[in-house]
Amino acid sequence: MAHAYTPGLRVTGWTTIVKERRLPLSGEVMVQKGDRVTAERVVARTELPGNVQPVKAASILGQHQQDLLEYMLKKEGEAVKKDEAIATAKSFFGLFKTHCLSPCDGTVESISTVTGQVIIREPPIPVEVEAYIDGTVIEVIPNEGVIVETEGAFVQGIFGIGGEVHGQIKVVVDSADEELTPGHLDGDVEGAIVVGGSKVTSEVLRKAAEKKVSAIVVGGMDAADLKNFMGVDLGVAITGSEELGVTLVITEGFGRMAMAGRTFDLLRRFEGKKCSVNGATQIRAGVMRPEIVVFEGVQGDEAAEKSFSMSEGLQIGSPVRVIRAPYFGGLGEVSGLPPELVEVESGAKVRTLMVKFHSGEEGVVPRANVEMIER
Amino acid sequence: MSAADDLKTMKIRSVLATDCGSTTTKAILIELKGDEYRLVVRGEAPTTVEAPFEDVTRGVLNAVMEVEELAGRKLLDGETIITPQKGDEGADIYVSTSSAGGGLQMMVTGVVKSMTGESAERAALGAGAIVMDIIASNDGRLPHEKIKRIRHLRPDMILLSGGIDGGTTTHVVELAEIVAAADPKARLGASYSMPVIYSGNNQATDLIRERLEDKTALTVTDNIRPTMERENLMPARHAIHDLFMEHVMAHAPGYKNLMAWTPIPIMPTPGAVGSIIHTIAKRNEIQVVGVDIGGATTDVFSVFKDPSGEDVFNRTVSANLGMSYSVSNVLVEAGLENVMRWVPFNLDESEVRNRIKNKMIRPTTIPQTLQELILEQALAREALRLAFLQHKSLAVGLKGVQQERTISDTFEQTSSGETLINMATLDLLVGSGGALSHAPRRVQSAMMLLDAFLPEGVTELAVDSIFMMPQLGVLAEVENESAKQAATDVFVKDCMIHMATSVAPIGKGKEGGKCMKVSVALPEGKTEAFEMQFGTVRFVPLEVGAEAEVTVEPAGGFDVGLGKGKMLKRVLKGGVVGLIFDARGRRPFALPTDTDQRVAKLAEWANAMGLYPKDPRELV
Repeated sequence: MAHAYTPGLRVTGWTTIVKERRLPLSGEVMVQKGDRVTAERVVARTELPGNVQPVKAASILGQHQQDLLEYMLKKEGEAVKKDEAIATAKSFFGLFKTHCLSPCDGTVESISTVTGQVIIREPPIPVEVEAYIDGTVIEVIPNEGVIVETEGAFVQGIFGIGGEVHGQIKVVVDSADEELTPGHLDGDVEGAIVVGGSKVTSEVLRKAAEKKVSAIVVGGMDAADLKNFMGVDLGVAITGSEELGVTLVITEGFGRMAMAGRTFDLLRRFEGKKCSVNGATQIRAGVMRPEIVVFEGVQGDEAAEKSFSMSEGLQIGSPVRVIRAPYFGGLGEVSGLPPELVEVESGAKVRTLMVKFHSGEEGVVPRANVEMIER
Repeated sequence: MSAADDLKTMKIRSVLATDCGSTTTKAILIELKGDEYRLVVRGEAPTTVEAPFEDVTRGVLNAVMEVEELAGRKLLDGETIITPQKGDEGADIYVSTSSAGGGLQMMVTGVVKSMTGESAERAALGAGAIVMDIIASNDGRLPHEKIKRIRHLRPDMILLSGGIDGGTTTHVVELAEIVAAADPKARLGASYSMPVIYSGNNQATDLIRERLEDKTALTVTDNIRPTMERENLMPARHAIHDLFMEHVMAHAPGYKNLMAWTPIPIMPTPGAVGSIIHTIAKRNEIQVVGVDIGGATTDVFSVFKDPSGEDVFNRTVSANLGMSYSVSNVLVEAGLENVMRWVPFNLDESEVRNRIKNKMIRPTTIPQTLQELILEQALAREALRLAFLQHKSLAVGLKGVQQERTISDTFEQTSSGETLINMATLDLLVGSGGALSHAPRRVQSAMMLLDAFLPEGVTELAVDSIFMMPQLGVLAEVENESAKQAATDVFVKDCMIHMATSVAPIGKGKEGGKCMKVSVALPEGKTEAFEMQFGTVRFVPLEVGAEAEVTVEPAGGFDVGLGKGKMLKRVLKGGVVGLIFDARGRRPFALPTDTDQRVAKLAEWANAMGLYPKDPRELV
């Protein structure tokens, strides 16, 4: 039978992290294979063709579109300045002139005698791609970008908002169960990656944005608070382009949820160390989760890394976390994998597994409702 | 004889069919048993269009391997599907549909949004596409905003239409200039040009070529709206299917190999579902509404007869109404109050919002508790209701013109601009997709369909047993009589489960007032007679395949299809639920606004229908 498990989110103290850093269209690569780069280093850049602005020239001049070329002062390909005349028509024996002005700086892209439109293309928009992590360039993709590799700790969240940021980890709560309050941000937190416990509110996020915190990493948040902070209710989880002043990573889910002990301990271990955070989440085909990459002060531990392999699938003894009611958040180990379909409370007959929870309790859970976690 | 001729004439003994969905690839094996075709087994595996595999055939092979295991039959020779069948190995034909990687995503254009724009939208939807946006000359956006939008959305294909033949060319050329200025890049790789289909004013063809031929992969077809009175969608629809194969699928990871395995073009999944629904309507000469509620989208299909008696097929897709990836959007679009009106217990608002968002971020989880199941089914009702509203607004006659119907294809429209959907003349309502196909009790699926679609008079309710309509739809397209028979046999015997026939009088009364008198002459000779009050619902068991003569005498203000107060006497078919008598009112159907009264009413209905193993009020 095909496996029916949710691969868990990665939380690991040491791993090899490879990031592809690509331009949206072809351009210039600024580094070479083997170069050491920092997260902030620009590794590739290009210029996006500028936006185009159509101008209804014939209609502005009050002339027939077929005759537009007669009135044009600029030819296709010529540069123009904002408010510069691109076409002029004279009336009343030359007494009156009507000008058609360019709406922006740019070049004349095309002149149409069918529609009477002139299209002005704005100057190119420079685009730069940074390395995002401190590491080594292991491959150059000619004209497109690079692949950067580093060794570091890696934590995936379940949901996030906001784009890529860098900063130093600052754990401001005493335990994974403690809620993040505005008071926790009273100290020097500018540019920091602030790690909280079980919950953040929109009030705290607003204060974080005011104090220029780079990112907040926390266990949970009420959905209503997220709506309040974002100003819109999120319909589909495709994020990363928000500009709200702070990047947010939720590690467990919506509601008040203590951050998983392993995640909290790992982040606390790297207190003060530099890391990169990306809040971008895409829950679609090709799922993308938010992440925290720590590449400073990380000790290699290959044995620990190799001990975990998701490809094994669920087995007796596999550590799991339940990700849906009634055992939401429960941690334990798989104690049984009945092959037959089992009827659960909803009345559905589904493939299940038995979980022996750390509390000692045992429960039956649909296989679709657990995720594997690392030992 | 050529291979194509061989395929036309061969007597097919077995069929292997797959549907590569966005998350799961589903395979079915059909065999000829005696003189009929039956489903043997179904297997599934995760779809593999994404890293690290990036090859759709991996998922197909995994799903086929599961079918091999379950059927105890060898279908693969290494990594090749054995066709035709040799002895007990392989299958005579392999066919596939695909919606992997988000399906076919298109933008369409038209001069007037409600005329050529709407025709273009119908052409694209009918071909199985998701329409990301309609760019029209009169859509209120400035040209640079349209250009930005095209660049940002990166569709797989653009259908450029506008103007009637011989009409003014200015507007449609302006649209072409906007497309040229946007210089859009295709979604699945920068190595090929954006496919653009021009099917607008034929007088503008040369001007369009001048503007787009160098920048895009331009195909020109007949105008979709040659005159104001005619819509001609088939040439554009065929071009969409061809380009889907040649350009879009050919660049998707692994599809070149997959295309080589099957003698039949790979169809977009919704195109195949539409095809099978249309086939049912034609074969039985009935009016049908079909719905497929998925994780990300909900598709609605309908076939209604117009006043001249011709079939009119329509399909719409609600791109962000679904039960997993889009579940939070159902809440956003329907509003919390509309979702909660289907929940027979009280739940804290913040808790409901958190649960829905948690499903959004972990979309593959399933409800384990009854409370969670009821909440999901409430969301499903709203997703279905909203998708159907959208369908009704698009399944309309041509706007602003007098009636003229001459084209032979199935996508033509009537003339009024009003919706073609008439729930009082609907014969069959078919549901598909996880929320309906996998509901723990079939009566839950039946009630979800009743509550969301509100069929009127007499309507049969059915559900796709294990979601295999796409595979049967593509099989029905094969130019081979035995393939078409296989699709029909399996559809009737294994795919479609008759749940119930519902009888719902149109009209509104006072709670507890008389609504209808019912008499059911059951096959074993027993007659069940009862009177129903307004605001109630009940069922009479009548098994699948059985029939009963039913007499319904509606009270004065109610109509069961023959006019107010007119008696209905008709033989009705049974189903896994039986016959449902729904006296809860239509036009309008309303729920109590007071929370306690609403909860009590919902619980009363749930208990009367045996929806859940216990009274839902006990859940809180």
